[in-house]
Amino acid sequence: MQAKEVKLPLSNKEAVLLHAGEIVSLFGTAYLARDAAHKRIAKSLELKEELPFELADACIFYAGPCPAAPGELIGPCGPTSSSRMDKYTLPLLDCGLSAMIGKGRRSHAVVEAMRGRAVYFAVTGGAALIISKHIVEVKEVAYPELGTEAVLKIKLNGLKAVVAVDAHCNDIFSCAEVKNERNC
Amino acid sequence: MRIVPASTIKEAVAGLFIDAVCSLPKDVLNAIEKAKKEETGAALMALEQILENSRLANVSRRPCCQDTGLAIVFIDLGEQVHIDGSLTKAVDEGAAFAYERAYLRKSALSPLTRENTLTNTPAILHLRLVEGDKINISVMPKGFGSENMSALKMLKPSDGVEGVLGFIVETVKANAANACPPVIIGVGIGGTMEAAALLAKRQLLRETGKKSASALLSELEEEALKRVNSLGIGPMGYGGKTTALACHIAELPTHIAGLPVALNMQCHCSRHKSAEI
Repeated sequence: MQAKEVKLPLSNKEAVLLHAGEIVSLFGTAYLARDAAHKRIAKSLELKEELPFELADACIFYAGPCPAAPGELIGPCGPTSSSRMDKYTLPLLDCGLSAMIGKGRRSHAVVEAMRGRAVYFAVTGGAALIISKHIVEVKEVAYPELGTEAVLKIKLNGLKAVVAVDAHCNDIFSCAEVKNERNC
Repeated sequence: MRIVPASTIKEAVAGLFIDAVCSLPKDVLNAIEKAKKEETGAALMALEQILENSRLANVSRRPCCQDTGLAIVFIDLGEQVHIDGSLTKAVDEGAAFAYERAYLRKSALSPLTRENTLTNTPAILHLRLVEGDKINISVMPKGFGSENMSALKMLKPSDGVEGVLGFIVETVKANAANACPPVIIGVGIGGTMEAAALLAKRQLLRETGKKSASALLSELEEEALKRVNSLGIGPMGYGGKTTALACHIAELPTHIAGLPVALNMQCHCSRHKSAEI
């Protein structure tokens, strides 16, 4: 299948050029962060504290890997359900977050707030081992005490993804039968 | 009386968990292979990745999915068996050993403080006393992407079969896209609130797509599967014909005033393994 190459980080202007339904290959930098890290980032934003990484143009991958076994750079690392991060996402978009990687639907509020500036990529849930093979660099950035939920900076090398929600509010999860019935 | 040392249970539980997370059951893989013929585009890509991922997991003995779940253990214990030692402790120690030794993700934590137990235990143990002198153990490392998408409803007797079907379809419609479809749907009808939920979970141990022995339930399974697969959610929610691989339904007698129904959602990464001691 033809996959368009996408280099991360993406600027808001570049994010706008992607379209829902496109299959892409992701290259470059992303940050692993899921529930507990989002809660902390949200609190830091509220208290105007320093953030663990620069959010402008950043890409967050919602994932918490298995521990790395001997010889592995990172353990199996698939996406978690993005909808649980919806509650925290709007302020991150306001800080310039331009891309998210995860699985499953997003809330109306997130889809609307992405307009003109951000894109959401879906990757295959339960294909964690394949996904981990596309992670070629790993660096711990923040919250090591959160274990699997710590923030890691990673480098992707051709991870296949689908543009699930684009910056024009097109959403591949809104198929006819389930439109407007999100459970997020 | 047959005497079985608790250490035998511990070793069995540990081995089963490691096997379960690294290899999907054949019937699940066959169902995904079959679904592949129905799908195109991104949905087809997802199914191909799932199959390739499973092959890789088998070969490298690493988990298919990073969510190696909460450790659920079902034990049917023969009444003629005496366990020398603590059964509960053996189960927890076996699970903890597997998660540590095989570099699996330990997701178990205190629900309110969110403090990790660091062992992925306590395991969720469902113990039944049965006739005989054997011990049957099934383990199910259950991910929460799908568990979170489960539901239970106390229907009214007047809701009947259509009410049950409606509940199944509505739950899948609202939730399945977030549960790593194609899903496997376990449904428990009747009993009490907790009995319906456990019955639903036990249906996830069945061979994928093998029909219920009851004509009524088998018909209900077929109808439910037909209706959910016409929703168009498809693999990973990308749109398609395969929202669910199977729907497994079982029933229990209930009260004249009630019709409890529980749906336990399982992702395509339906991991479970059994052994007899």
